Amino acid sequence: MSIIRVENLVKSYGGLTAIDGISFEVEEGTIFGFLGPNGAGKTTTINVLCTLISATSGKAFINGHDCAKEPSNVRKSIGIVFQDTTLDKDLTARENLVFHAYLYGVKKSEIRTRVHDALTFVGLYERKDDLVKKYSGGMKRRLEVARGLIHRPRVLFLDEPTLGLDPQSRANLWGVITEMPKKHNVTIFMTTHYMEEAEVCDNIAIIDNGKIIAEGSPEELKKTVGGDVISLRTRDNHWSRQEIKKMFGIDSEEKDGELYLTTGRGDACIPELIRGLGDMVLSVKLQRPTINDVFLKLTGKAIRDEDVSGMSNIKEEVRAYRRRH
Amino acid sequence: MEFNAIYVLVAREFKKFIRERSRLVSAIARPLLWLFLVGAGMSRLVSPKAGMPYTQFIFPGILGMTILFSSIFSSISIIWDKEFGFFKEILAAPVSRLSIVIGKGLSGTVVSTIQASIVLLLFPVLGLKLGLFQILEVLIIAIAVSFCISTFGILLATFYESYESFSVIMNFIVMPMFFLSGAMYPVKLLPKPLAVATKLNPLTYGIDALKNAIFPLEEGPMSADFSLVTDMAVILFLSFTFVVIAARLFERKK
Ligand SMILES: Nc1ncnc2c1ncn2[C@@H]1O[C@H](COP(=O)(O)OP(=O)(O)OP(=O)(O)O)[C@@H](O)[C@H]1O
Ligand SMILES: [Mg+2]
Repeated sequence: MSIIRVENLVKSYGGLTAIDGISFEVEEGTIFGFLGPNGAGKTTTINVLCTLISATSGKAFINGHDCAKEPSNVRKSIGIVFQDTTLDKDLTARENLVFHAYLYGVKKSEIRTRVHDALTFVGLYERKDDLVKKYSGGMKRRLEVARGLIHRPRVLFLDEPTLGLDPQSRANLWGVITEMPKKHNVTIFMTTHYMEEAEVCDNIAIIDNGKIIAEGSPEELKKTVGGDVISLRTRDNHWSRQEIKKMFGIDSEEKDGELYLTTGRGDACIPELIRGLGDMVLSVKLQRPTINDVFLKLTGKAIRDEDVSGMSNIKEEVRAYRRRH
Repeated sequence: MEFNAIYVLVAREFKKFIRERSRLVSAIARPLLWLFLVGAGMSRLVSPKAGMPYTQFIFPGILGMTILFSSIFSSISIIWDKEFGFFKEILAAPVSRLSIVIGKGLSGTVVSTIQASIVLLLFPVLGLKLGLFQILEVLIIAIAVSFCISTFGILLATFYESYESFSVIMNFIVMPMFFLSGAMYPVKLLPKPLAVATKLNPLTYGIDALKNAIFPLEEGPMSADFSLVTDMAVILFLSFTFVVIAARLFERKK
């Protein structure tokens, strides 16, 4: 069943069309990534789905409730972590969560355990009595995620949850997010511009200028831009090229003393490659297409400039490969 | 109406009020300054016409001032919440806008009534004699006036998005409201245009109700200007109006 259904949604501000006839569905229990550059219309879409603003035309349903006609039922079904912090910094973490629980009508007898569990889940129980103004950016984000879960929503919206966090806090929060669908029986709708994050989503919609320009699982989307590229350094490139041709029937290219070969599933080829070439191999690198490559191909521009390289991604893959072998 | 939500809005305000010492201190210092600096100075100038010293005459006005500042301050905190994002947390909740307005209105009422009660304790120092019934009467009026001014403040807060508007509100709305409220002088002695402006001010009826309760037997120029029934009817009617309009304005979606 689709827990979120959006049909031809439009939102205009005067002459500006922030969202321009988008349609999509999100399956229950999945992580859905909404990807796009600044001003693409991600936050506007979330605001319509959360019933904070009304659409110019089109329809949106969450958990079977019409966002325009049954805002109260929609609100009960969702939790939201907004792009900018919405915590009361003069209250403690625990007080923020208790406030939320009362606001959402959680039964009084349950509030204590729910607050305790939520704080434990995001690893902030020890710091529960600190004022939020003493929290770091990453802790605030985790606290907001905990708060979003207090009333047991069916869908949790996360608008750029990891933006501006250091790598460690990001990894930490990301661990929390990916655990949620199973642990809390909740569907995740998140916006992001970090490619690595988008790739962990079950499904992705890419939005640009208010329009959805591509949709599908990360694997499906990446297939549209070609296969994986393996690059290797060997003791004898000439001999290795011939061996590779014999093994896979693929011609590899030689560039700057390295061999490059393009295949469908690079990760599956590597073990065979190493078995075949044996001692000749000095190093192997696997470069896979990223969601950014998809975005580049579709729009001719990178989602955000700082993410163009995709280098960190490749390093991760190699490290993971080394660990496995 | 969602009573949990109303309760927790009030609890939050109360908690913050207790924590913020400076707010409590200035809430008590301001009326003291007016009573003993302005009031004492003016009483040399203003001869007690009907035998009532000026410091006694302004006591209801000082109570009214305490209510005005603390109620508005509490309601205006909505603008802070908008600025710092917390208001979105409230607006996104499955809570009717009416409950939010009533919750915020009662928040202001609680902290404002507490502060007014502290100022009320000064009456013996000023040589006033109040019976138990009168004290109770003053407290009930204080609650009603606090709610009225708080909801008026919420209405103001719907028009502003950033806390820079705070000084605008203070200088162009709150201070004029105080001076045109009969706090410092009897409305009946004012020239016509000022008297009209005063009659349009919700606080006027609040202070007049307090005058009715504190000087029930007073006659002459320093007595109350309207009957207690009129005062209370106006206060309740205005409260109701402010609540309805503010809830409507919050309902508005962009
Ligand atoms: N209240 C508003 N009034 C007028 N225009 C608006 C309003 N809110 C958003 N917009 C415009 O709508 C477009 C989409 O904005 P939106 O905030 O949805 O982008 P976004 O995808 O969330 O971007 P970001 O990654 O920067 O958060 C932008 O051009 C923005 O200027
Ligand atoms: Mg945004």
